[in-house]
Amino acid sequence: MLTKLTGGRVIDPEHGINDVVRDIYIRDGRIVDAPSDGKIDEEIDVRGKIIMSGAIDMHTHIGGGKVNIARTMLPEDHAESLIERTELMRSGCGHAAPSTLTTGYRYAEMGYTAGFEPAVLPINARQAHMEMHDTPIIDKGGYAMLGSDDFLLRMMAANADQDAINNYVAWILTHTQALGLKVVNPGGINAFKFNQRKLDLDEKNTFYDVSPREILQRLSRAVTELGVPHPLHVHGCNLGVPGNKDTTLDTIQGIEGLPMHLTHIQFHSYGTEGDFKFSSGAAEIAEAINRNKNITVDVGQILFGQTVTASGDNMRQFAGAPHAHPNKWVCMDIECDAGCGVVPFKYKDQSFVNALQWMIGLETFLMVDDPWRIFLTTDHPNGAPFTSYPHLIKLLMDKSFRNDMLSTLHPEAQKATHLASIDREYSLYDIATMTRAGAARLLGLADRGHLGVGAAADITVYSDQPDREKMFSSPDYVFKDGNMVVKNGELVKISWGTTHVVKPNYDASIEKSLKSYFDKYHTVKMGNFKISDDEIVDDGRGSLTVQPLKQGGKL
Amino acid sequence: MTDKQSDGIYHDVASPFCGIASDDLVVEVHGNTVTVKENGDPVTRHGFETPLTDLSPRIKGKEVSLDEAVSHIAGLLKNSKQPLIGGMGTDLNGARAAMALADISRATIDSQFSDAAFRNILVLQDSGYMTTTLTEVRNRVDVLLVVGTDIESSFPRFFERVIWPKESMFDQDVESREIIYLGKKPSGDASTSPGGRKAEVIECDDADLPEVISVLRALSNERQIQAETVGGIAVSKLNEIAEKLHTADYGVIAWSGTQLNHDHAEVTIQNICEMIKEINESVRCNGLPLGGKEGDTTVNAVSSWQSGYPMRTSFSRNMPDYDPYMNRGQRMLDEGEVDVLLWVSSFNTEGTPPKTDATTIVLGRSGMTFEQEPEVFIPVGVPGIDHIGRTFRCDSVVSVPLKKLRDSGLPSTYDVLTAVEQAL
Repeated sequence: MLTKLTGGRVIDPEHGINDVVRDIYIRDGRIVDAPSDGKIDEEIDVRGKIIMSGAIDMHTHIGGGKVNIARTMLPEDHAESLIERTELMRSGCGHAAPSTLTTGYRYAEMGYTAGFEPAVLPINARQAHMEMHDTPIIDKGGYAMLGSDDFLLRMMAANADQDAINNYVAWILTHTQALGLKVVNPGGINAFKFNQRKLDLDEKNTFYDVSPREILQRLSRAVTELGVPHPLHVHGCNLGVPGNKDTTLDTIQGIEGLPMHLTHIQFHSYGTEGDFKFSSGAAEIAEAINRNKNITVDVGQILFGQTVTASGDNMRQFAGAPHAHPNKWVCMDIECDAGCGVVPFKYKDQSFVNALQWMIGLETFLMVDDPWRIFLTTDHPNGAPFTSYPHLIKLLMDKSFRNDMLSTLHPEAQKATHLASIDREYSLYDIATMTRAGAARLLGLADRGHLGVGAAADITVYSDQPDREKMFSSPDYVFKDGNMVVKNGELVKISWGTTHVVKPNYDASIEKSLKSYFDKYHTVKMGNFKISDDEIVDDGRGSLTVQPLKQGGKL
Repeated sequence: MTDKQSDGIYHDVASPFCGIASDDLVVEVHGNTVTVKENGDPVTRHGFETPLTDLSPRIKGKEVSLDEAVSHIAGLLKNSKQPLIGGMGTDLNGARAAMALADISRATIDSQFSDAAFRNILVLQDSGYMTTTLTEVRNRVDVLLVVGTDIESSFPRFFERVIWPKESMFDQDVESREIIYLGKKPSGDASTSPGGRKAEVIECDDADLPEVISVLRALSNERQIQAETVGGIAVSKLNEIAEKLHTADYGVIAWSGTQLNHDHAEVTIQNICEMIKEINESVRCNGLPLGGKEGDTTVNAVSSWQSGYPMRTSFSRNMPDYDPYMNRGQRMLDEGEVDVLLWVSSFNTEGTPPKTDATTIVLGRSGMTFEQEPEVFIPVGVPGIDHIGRTFRCDSVVSVPLKKLRDSGLPSTYDVLTAVEQAL
């Protein structure tokens, strides 16, 4: 069947196309050339409407143990956003920690066609995939988390050569069915188990005598040398600590030009100036990002209201637990692999700190020049639920709206920012770059994030409304792999997306030392740790898409 | 997840019958006979070796085809005003299918293990906790305090696998680990160290545990206690425990929600968990809730991610409504609120449904016997014996793949419930 979308205004940054009227043809889930015989099975008139590829959320906590702890922990949050079953949709709940089914539906209704879980603990990867398997419509994938796992730290303490570390990283990515590699508070989660309460970039783990800087270098080198497209995904040291901007600047310098993605940079851009000893470091951080082309970031914007923070960084979550709202929280040490911390939180616009966090996020968005290297996230649900993206887009695209909001916030915080004087407004092209083309390029998704011939037909069609929040809340049409899944803002079909992974080669000899490690120290056998391809396919509605490695990748 | 099976020896087999889900079993399969050859214990041997008997579904005691049974169940659910899906002894995909069926049939869903599981879940929802997992304990624990629980009766291999490994990763002298029982005394010697050092046992009645734990927490916070004994235990003895927890490098406090079955045990658990948080102000200490056999952890996990809520969730309003008291399955049955009970118990022939006037449908392990023949009985496969599956361990972090060991021809719970859902 051939479908033609006629006369839309196409925005496709991957091909440099900015608001050009073009017809788009879809067959068998792909975008194709116009048929030579002109035969069309179905034509949809999208004249005057904006067409982009489906949006990609490159950092969203949608699956895995800590998200599920958050769900179980927050019945009162769900009770206010219950979702009724319909002919088409299963029931569920929304808001801060939505059910998996609702997560898929809501993303699709907002024009998103992919979301990536950024903190997949290797030992908990099976669960992350189970949950993502139950997340409809969107494509998904995960970044395996290393850096506080004892196997790596033992290798580093023994001064293992880089090839051996590359081999281990390749093995982990393959057998956790991951798309990329993440590090969270490098070595810090491990240090917390030895009762260390903070770990600066050059501070050593007391048992291993290894520093976060060394971990970042080793892992970033591994990802680069293996040819994994997505750079090392870094949640840095000292999250949330006033003055952590210096750590962040050091981290950028310390990576020595290797590709590195700094996630939820807002939480790592704090200074210590002013009466409150808390200030914005966004200008310095943005300048460093602009200067260092090897660096990409996503923002982790906070928005006001109740949410829940869920992180692998139990060292910092424990420190933040006194701020839990409501007052309940979980921290876990996990399997000589990692940890997690779940702390509900309410961001208040009349709190100086929270208001400034809001400003720091927006300053970062507006001062980083290159939309190809900055990505739109709230670190769902840590800064705000993903359902607030249309509001965030409006803040970026509409200066007067932004300044109206700003004027209602904590007055002292307003004095601490020059946000009101920033004139920049994101264009639709910038938004498409940040949420589509750039994200796909960053993750190495060859056939997503663009509208060229051969691309997967993940397409979103919007009415060009002056109220950008309205526009991005409710697209006219969303196509997933060529199927119309949303019409006039409402779901019309449920499909199941694929799981994107990379499969770097590894030298099987590593399994000798791993098997002995599992047998000696673990409570799971190495063979049972590995997640098979069949588990992803599962009951038949799952599938795997293996993304190509970069040219020149080597073991 | 291999789908092939033949007679022979299987290695690295995981057990869904115990919450620590040991996955190093060696199992021999001959036809439909399964024998645990290595690393077995009373719980896993019983689980794997229970013989197959029934192979056919029955309606009112009369053998029928699976299709007939499925459409009969669909008819019962269609006409039901308040169905209850109970038991919930199943694996990942069985739980998924049960959730889908609960959603479409507007059922309430609860598990046979909820009374125990909710002693922990209620704490999570009220104040939270700090916990750890089995491999961390295996490598790090130096002081293990066991509260009100005889671990080895429910988890026979816990000490062998978790407390007394040959070596720890962090150069610890494993022999030096200190084990303290507070409350119940152990039923055997599993907690005795390889070198012969016995656990310290400080006994008290279960009924005294709330008070004993309150005093322990007060002492841990350096509060003055006027009394000299509590629950028959010298306060000075409790003070020694508090000091040990505060000087340990990695203290662990373990309990089983099943065995802490005094009234409002959740408050005792909450006191333990709050004490652990307080101890962490200066040193590391963690909780280790033990439980989670036969799909207990799995069904709560699946229910949470699919609906937002654990067990005890009702879909009668066409959306999930959670109430840990009103939606307690046994309460609903006792009050006569349920007209159809669909009971799932695929692991254990002893996991039979409660006696009830409600029309009862059982998806049970082959060999189940009933005081009162249910309206429908479908013998289903055991996950990890008759079909592949996945199950969560007690810590709710680790899940392990379950193998298919024999070709019994029995349908899985997923197969049956999905067929019923489609028939609706």
